[in-house]
Amino acid sequence: MGFFFTLVALVVLLGVTWRYLGSYMEAVFDGRVHWLGFVERPIYRALHTSPEQEQTWKRYAGAMIVFSAVSLVFTYVILRIQGSLPLNPQHLGGVGSGLSFNTASSFVTNTNWQNYGGETTMSYFSQIGSLTVQQFVTPAVGIAVAIVVVRGFSRRNSPTIGNFWVDITRCMLYILLPIAFLFGIIFVAQGAVQTLAGTVSVNDALNGVRQTIPRGPIGFMEAIKQLGTNGGGFLDANSATTFENPTGLTNFLSIYLLLSIPVALTYTFGKMVGSVRHGLALLSVMVILFGVWVGFTSYAEHQNNPAVAAAGIHSTVGNTEGKEVRFGDTSTALFGVASTQTSTGSADASYDSFTPMGGFGLLTGMMIGEVTPGGTGSGLYTLLIYAIIAVFIGGLMIGRTPEYLGKKIQAREVKLAGLGALVMPIAVLIFTGIAVSIAAGKAGPLNHGPHGFSEILYALTSQGNNNGSAFGGLTGNTPFYNVVGAIDMLLGRFGIMIPVLALGGALAEKNVVPESLGTFRTDNGMFVGLTIGVILIIGGLTFFPAISLGPIVEQLSHGRFF
Amino acid sequence: MLVHLRRSLVMAVICLVLFGFVYAFAGTGIAQLFFKNQADGSITANGSTLIGQNWTSPKFFHGRPDDFGPYAANAKQDVSGGDNPLEANGFSGESSATNLGPRSKTLETDTKELVKFWHSMGVNPTPDLVTTSGSGYDPDISPQDAYVQIPMVSKATGLSPKVLRTLIKSQSHSAQWGFLGASYVDVLQLNEALAKLS
Amino acid sequence: MSTVLTPPSPDASAHGVAQSRGLFDREILGQALKDSFRKLDPRWQVRNPVMFVVLVGSIITLIESFAHPSTFTWSITVWLFLTVIFANFAEAMAEGRGKAQADTLRKMRSETEARRLRADGTEELVAAALLQKGDLVVCEANDVIPSDGEIIEGIASVDESAITGESAPVIRESGGDRSAVTGGTKVLSDRIVVRITAERGHTFIDRMISLVEGANRQKTPNEIALTILLAVLTVVFIPVVVTLEPFAGFSGATVSVVVLVALLVCLIPTTIGALLSAIGIAGMDRLVQRNVLAMSGRAVEAAGDVQTLLLDKTGTITLGNRMAANFFPVQGHSEQEVADVAQLASLADETPEGRSVVVLAKENFGIRERELDPSHVFVPFTATTRMSGLDMGTRSIRKGASESVKTWVTNQGGSVPSDLDEIVEKISRAGSTPLTVADGSTILGVIELKDVVKQGIKVKFDEMRKMGIRTVMITGDNPLTAAAIAQEAGVDDFLAEATPEAKMALIKKEQEGGKLVAMTGDGTNDAPALAQADVGVAMNTGTTAAKEAGNMVDLDSNPTKLIDIVEIGKQLLITRGSLTTFSIANDIAKYFAIIPALFAVSYPQLKALNIMHLHSPQSAVLSAVIFNALVIIALIPLALRGVRFRAANSAAILRRNVWIYGVGGVIIPFAFIKLIDLILVQLHAY
Repeated sequence: MGFFFTLVALVVLLGVTWRYLGSYMEAVFDGRVHWLGFVERPIYRALHTSPEQEQTWKRYAGAMIVFSAVSLVFTYVILRIQGSLPLNPQHLGGVGSGLSFNTASSFVTNTNWQNYGGETTMSYFSQIGSLTVQQFVTPAVGIAVAIVVVRGFSRRNSPTIGNFWVDITRCMLYILLPIAFLFGIIFVAQGAVQTLAGTVSVNDALNGVRQTIPRGPIGFMEAIKQLGTNGGGFLDANSATTFENPTGLTNFLSIYLLLSIPVALTYTFGKMVGSVRHGLALLSVMVILFGVWVGFTSYAEHQNNPAVAAAGIHSTVGNTEGKEVRFGDTSTALFGVASTQTSTGSADASYDSFTPMGGFGLLTGMMIGEVTPGGTGSGLYTLLIYAIIAVFIGGLMIGRTPEYLGKKIQAREVKLAGLGALVMPIAVLIFTGIAVSIAAGKAGPLNHGPHGFSEILYALTSQGNNNGSAFGGLTGNTPFYNVVGAIDMLLGRFGIMIPVLALGGALAEKNVVPESLGTFRTDNGMFVGLTIGVILIIGGLTFFPAISLGPIVEQLSHGRFF
Repeated sequence: MLVHLRRSLVMAVICLVLFGFVYAFAGTGIAQLFFKNQADGSITANGSTLIGQNWTSPKFFHGRPDDFGPYAANAKQDVSGGDNPLEANGFSGESSATNLGPRSKTLETDTKELVKFWHSMGVNPTPDLVTTSGSGYDPDISPQDAYVQIPMVSKATGLSPKVLRTLIKSQSHSAQWGFLGASYVDVLQLNEALAKLS
Repeated sequence: MSTVLTPPSPDASAHGVAQSRGLFDREILGQALKDSFRKLDPRWQVRNPVMFVVLVGSIITLIESFAHPSTFTWSITVWLFLTVIFANFAEAMAEGRGKAQADTLRKMRSETEARRLRADGTEELVAAALLQKGDLVVCEANDVIPSDGEIIEGIASVDESAITGESAPVIRESGGDRSAVTGGTKVLSDRIVVRITAERGHTFIDRMISLVEGANRQKTPNEIALTILLAVLTVVFIPVVVTLEPFAGFSGATVSVVVLVALLVCLIPTTIGALLSAIGIAGMDRLVQRNVLAMSGRAVEAAGDVQTLLLDKTGTITLGNRMAANFFPVQGHSEQEVADVAQLASLADETPEGRSVVVLAKENFGIRERELDPSHVFVPFTATTRMSGLDMGTRSIRKGASESVKTWVTNQGGSVPSDLDEIVEKISRAGSTPLTVADGSTILGVIELKDVVKQGIKVKFDEMRKMGIRTVMITGDNPLTAAAIAQEAGVDDFLAEATPEAKMALIKKEQEGGKLVAMTGDGTNDAPALAQADVGVAMNTGTTAAKEAGNMVDLDSNPTKLIDIVEIGKQLLITRGSLTTFSIANDIAKYFAIIPALFAVSYPQLKALNIMHLHSPQSAVLSAVIFNALVIIALIPLALRGVRFRAANSAAILRRNVWIYGVGGVIIPFAFIKLIDLILVQLHAY
């Protein structure tokens, strides 16, 4: 019953957010929001740019790539030299080169895959200056790229698609910063830690336990971690820890935060293209698939853990292995689905210990391309890729050159959308193929049998989708996984972003075909169904063999343990 | 290209200052000013109420077996955080789960071992009591997890089951706002209250 | 294979260029079978990425079959090659139909000698092949016109049946819009001088031959886009299958290369990949069967996208001619009187309007046609008099434009009745044409000539509207007349008092709004508009300029056909989209057949996925491969004929096709793979 009310509360809250955050974001990117103008304007002055200086898609992409490369170097350097930097009360040394490269790639791609334990590896300076900064920057870049595609639809005969610097500045200042700050306060009020005072030692006289407890500026990082669908927490066990995610309320707010922007962007989309119904159609795609996955996964987690059941313990409270008592099974499953389907990758439990079908839910949630609702910005633009493919096939079926929002979908658009849809599955499959073939890769998994395969597959799926969650048993901090993972993440991010920007540019150049009765409707149930079909078919067909060797065979192995 | 590079460098510095330091320091300021106890880690006389501890004596209610039996830090340091946020009783550690898969032979045998232990203590264990947590130091158990431990604690402390039942009831928190998450008992607070009784 | 042969389709019974041929004409079939093997050449296959992958795969399994021979590996190899051959066969079938038509045309191509006029007016005999652009040739009765040209002198009746299939001769005369003649057609009477307008090898017939043969067929924009999508769907499955080998290895399983290749072939969109070019060729072929020559596939596709149709009123919306509808007497005269004199005035008038007056008088007033006396003189209509009539000795009767008749009567001392103007104006307002009738100096009344809207045209326009296509009537009539006819015909809009410039402006305006415009035209002054329109259909009777400006030529010169062309364009795209959907939807069943078979040994648990309960791993894989090959053959008739198209709005069309080809595409292979498996078991193959 509690879970039912949780879902109702989530739906209501997200509904309001969809409407109001959605239209607010439209106003922000349209340049009608100015309340932080005293910060915004000096930034443009420092950059020698202004909202009036529009860029072509190529210049926009150039700026995005160079800025991301610079961010990668900044992040890397800070990690390497943190031992010589201030704000390091635990006196942690510099991070190794492989791990630094992997971590820098991870945070610059909005993945937040963590091959390290935060409390034992990262100084406060690194957490604040390197990781948290990227947690603001990368969602802004993602949203900006999504806005470019939306402008592609809303503009006509336009050679330019906006100004990268202006878009990310506005996004960080007006959207991410205020919301994150507000929720940072709530998280701390609930019990999340926020201090620069270093570790604390405690001594329990009752049972003779001495503990040294790590602390840090955790609560505010937590807010932007979830809001920006970043997922990389301060502590190793992420949102499972009480210092990051102390209560049922913070757990709920985490779920809400990581869904909020990706969901609301569909309203922004609708408003920008002049048809909220079109935004509603995309939202429906997200909600339907998300709902199916939540239902499936929370049902799966409400079942017995097979190994625990084999030990004679039959549960009425679901699979408790790797879960926190204060959250319970279904809310944990909800968190897991929300986190994996938003490319956030934060975890309030050990996903590795989910039931086979629960793990299936998380893994497949990423394999369908992080579009339900997907990451900040990346969810919308990836969904638009699938929508374009759906429009193309559907449009042909009614006997017209397919068009979406009046823009004809022709060879160039199909090529770019196809490219965007290809990168992730190919990268994931090939890197997994390499990892399971060579000794360095095979050494990774903790578990044996099909679950060991799942751990490797999950890792490369998560990184290729810029998710960052893990089947945590895998030992990732090895030269092999550091490098392969970094490449996987960079491909999964920029291999999609560049064709997407080109798509935005191509669409903006086009004129608009007026709508008629003969137009393929892209705002009704049929379109929603077709898009869902394309998402499931592309994801399902590409990953079905792999998934059948992992969670499916694990589920079907009744009475067998590995 | 060069103009991109110059702008990127400037922007990187702006972000470092604004979204790194200004954000974190302003947040810390507000947190320390208004929510000092929480921001410092909810520390009480016997430790943090948010960090689980290893309760070995049958005189106390036990938490999740994160650092217990097959999962004890000295036995399998590589597997579990073991109620060990950074360092505990000389063992170093960090937050982490066992990450054992649902068809793991290890998980099956470890769970069997825990079931045997609980039976030897006269306790019919609930799932929480034989499975480890996600953080490795879950400070909570469910009220039911506490109730089933009454025979053990009662025997060791001499307190009547009825008294213990009342104690658990008084220490139980229902799900937040009645529906967010699950009902729980903070083991440290429960045992502190128990210690006062005996 | 004989089981899939179908009887000739009824819609292929047109004539002319479109020789009546069944879908599986014996002659075409034979040639296509031969071509199917010829096309196995990898240089040919590489043009189609999907089938190229199948060919490479079948070569791999062939090598495997030699290395590890077994019935299974050989069966897979054979069926993989058959898959490629079936695809070739589909394409060859489509091409074969075009080739047959081209052969007919080639036989007809004139190799006769031409009578070239020298500068001094004398004639010389030269081979038609040597004719240059600008040469003048003389053609008399029974001469075959040696090349395309324009009549500069004379008038003749010409038999154009070789091109149009229409046996009735047509009149061609110098000047005006009926001056173009086509090489290969035959003069039946009279003598004409023709100026050659086409270089050798670039005549109309030459172009037709290369068009129907598909010699330099270029992929259309949508076809290119679809090919890219199919390439994407092929490329993505290569790593899927290739990585299965290490995945299985990690799990301690081994997978055979043959099964992996079989899986790959089953997953990539072979069905649509095999039929794609056949669909395109067949689409053009369907146009040719309706006597429309499209200069490019692009134009056919554009026809499917058209949102505005500009239709000439005369001949398209209305029957070519006005018909007498009513007689209106002026004061002091009766209807009967008007009818009587009007009929008399029209007896010698052979124009359709004149005939219709005679008929109306007979039908409504029982006035019999009278024999004309040789002494009676017919006064034909001229642009200056704007009247026609009959002189019978001293009695003269006239019918014609009101003003002219009034002048004629006044000149004879007669007077104009006071109510005449009122009647004339009333008729004009209703969109009809008034013809005033006078007997000597007396005006009797007015004939109302009415435009007659073609039967069934309104229904067509309703269908167009449902498809989201706006119809605009183009007419030289005044706005009042135009509005009346537009309403009666049910067009969405009209352009009255249209000049070529106004027409052009209208097209540009529509195009600026992003719309695609189609129009028909025949006159030289239509040429710029035909060129500007996205789909310009020139009438074969039209001028050379018009034919060159448009991107289609209608050999029947039937402007109504524009509507058919739009439907064929749509059908072409729908067929591609539906078969793509079908092809992808098929994959689900194939996975359920092959994946459990693949890991039957190492992971017997996966047997749970064998929901079709296929007999054995080998029969499962083979059944999937056989289904995958046979479905190509089974769909050839559909590819050639096109998916059934009914005019409806987009939502209804989509719903229908998604159900049939999407949902059907998911379900059908389950049934057929199971069936093939049962047959294999019956044959004790496995």
